Amino acid sequence: MLKTTAKTPQLVVLSGKGGTGKTSISAALIHLSESLSQERRLTVVDADVDAANLNLILQTEQLATYEFWGASIAEINTEKCTGCGDCVPICRYDAIFPDSQNKAVYWVDPIACDGCAACVYACPHAAITMIQQLEGHWLHSRGDFGMLFHAELLPGRENSGKLVSLIKIKAQKWAEVVDSPLMIIDGPPGIGCPVIAACVGVDMALIVAEPGLAGLHDLKRIYETLKHFKIPSVLCINKADLYPQGSLEIQEFARQENIKVMGEIPFDTHVQTAVRMGTQVTREFPDAPASQIIRKIWQATQEQMVHLGLIALKEKGSS
Amino acid sequence: MQIAIASGKGGTGKTTIATSLAKSLAGLHQVHYLDCDVEAPNGHLFLKPEIQTQKDAIVRIPQIDVGLCTTCGRCVEVCQFHALAQTPEEILVFPELCHGCGSCTWNCPENAITEIENPIGVIESGITPEGIHFSHGVLKISEPMPTPIIHQLRKNEKRSDRSVVILDAPPGASCSVVETLRAADFAILVTEATPFGKHDLLQIFGILKDLKIPAGVIINRTDGHESEMEQLLKEKQIPILMQIPFDVSIAAGIASGRTLIDIKPEYLERFRTIFCQIESLLAAEEAC
Repeated sequence: MLKTTAKTPQLVVLSGKGGTGKTSISAALIHLSESLSQERRLTVVDADVDAANLNLILQTEQLATYEFWGASIAEINTEKCTGCGDCVPICRYDAIFPDSQNKAVYWVDPIACDGCAACVYACPHAAITMIQQLEGHWLHSRGDFGMLFHAELLPGRENSGKLVSLIKIKAQKWAEVVDSPLMIIDGPPGIGCPVIAACVGVDMALIVAEPGLAGLHDLKRIYETLKHFKIPSVLCINKADLYPQGSLEIQEFARQENIKVMGEIPFDTHVQTAVRMGTQVTREFPDAPASQIIRKIWQATQEQMVHLGLIALKEKGSS
Repeated sequence: MQIAIASGKGGTGKTTIATSLAKSLAGLHQVHYLDCDVEAPNGHLFLKPEIQTQKDAIVRIPQIDVGLCTTCGRCVEVCQFHALAQTPEEILVFPELCHGCGSCTWNCPENAITEIENPIGVIESGITPEGIHFSHGVLKISEPMPTPIIHQLRKNEKRSDRSVVILDAPPGASCSVVETLRAADFAILVTEATPFGKHDLLQIFGILKDLKIPAGVIINRTDGHESEMEQLLKEKQIPILMQIPFDVSIAAGIASGRTLIDIKPEYLERFRTIFCQIESLLAAEEAC
């Protein structure tokens, strides 16, 4: 695999609905691209920072961990607070309450605080300050494919979009240095802030759809989101035979919207077994029904990337 | 009572559990179902409500009166979200970055800022054939922030002390999950016995610990590999409320838009039992 542009092309795997198989499929694609990038130059990003699972099924060696300091939240100095209560009606997040120790002064619930600092400016006694929060960690880990950039948001924290942006910037820098042929991004579920952050600078999306009413509903929402950001998408159907009627409906939607379907992966217990073993289904069970189709999907996805002018495939036999 | 259904990992069956629990209790209690997964709301596909009201979910964004604005930049300075920017000629507003906190409005020395409503989604409410009070929020395509919709959805709900509120949470473990769980009395965590399920469940435990919310777990799609998960929950002293074996007929039924209790009627009693179990767990907590 050779890139055809100065910038490393980016492929994001998304779904809208959670649990359709993004991570299992991403890991399999990463494994399959190993053979195309023997110099371990593939760039991989796990953009699902509040449920980061990709490294659980890629054999990687963790190289470094860094702290992620995000937004600040308000803290009231109980020595300075006179209990005037000016801050209470200002707060639109219902985050300010009488202090449980001393009811005459106020306290900011750190979980409810949005970090807007409106109370800081409203306090006539300068009793409120903003304290920056450690919101998670980001890491990079080496594998046979290349480098994985991932993160762990601390439970319940905000700014997952910012953390996604941060690891993507780090990944891009590494990609530039090693002249990486491709970046694969395992995306988060939904369509909101971390998804939008994962999509910045992306060249193509592979949507993993699941048959059924919920699967189709959420497929439409992620597709509309990608269309809004003008990102070309292709799709594959996972667990397609569990509800064949639903797979037909997805095919119909794809036809209407002119989205190329890369393949239909059957329900296959080997996928779950590979996850439990901490590996990729295509590596552990290359002949399993799911692996055979995922190889075809990867082939078709690469052809689509060639078609979009993102990559060029090496001739067989040449190095 | 407010019961939140959460999971960490996506696609474990939150909506399956939330909709079946709501339907199981519908004849016995006044039940409210709130779909807080505003990025990918699916509850309506199963509960089939008749939508009666629709209103915009809004963020109040600043509108600057250029006649009064001196471009002093005080608003830019107080905004924590970079939703305002200063140029020599004017102040620019970036609505998608605005959290609607009002700080710029209050801090403007010229009173040049008023607030206008920026719709970021809709909140729809109605009633299901079983009499469940249904509401959900739907985030507009390309809008980044789900939490203000969840906040308004929760505030919107008119209910009595005796009604049962079921909150269907989004996946993950970030701010939108916290916003859903904030007022919950109990959390039902739906998981699957895989490394992914386990990792993401531990993230949710972190949130519940901060919020001091008791929880129980439902292990979905069991296939005989549950011993490690059972051991973990034993160590954490979190009760297992139910195990649902993997079954192709359940998977196909859910995909077609049926609830679990419609596919397997024997689950109706099991959900009612879980509810009683939660009531007694909470009563025991209160007594301690």
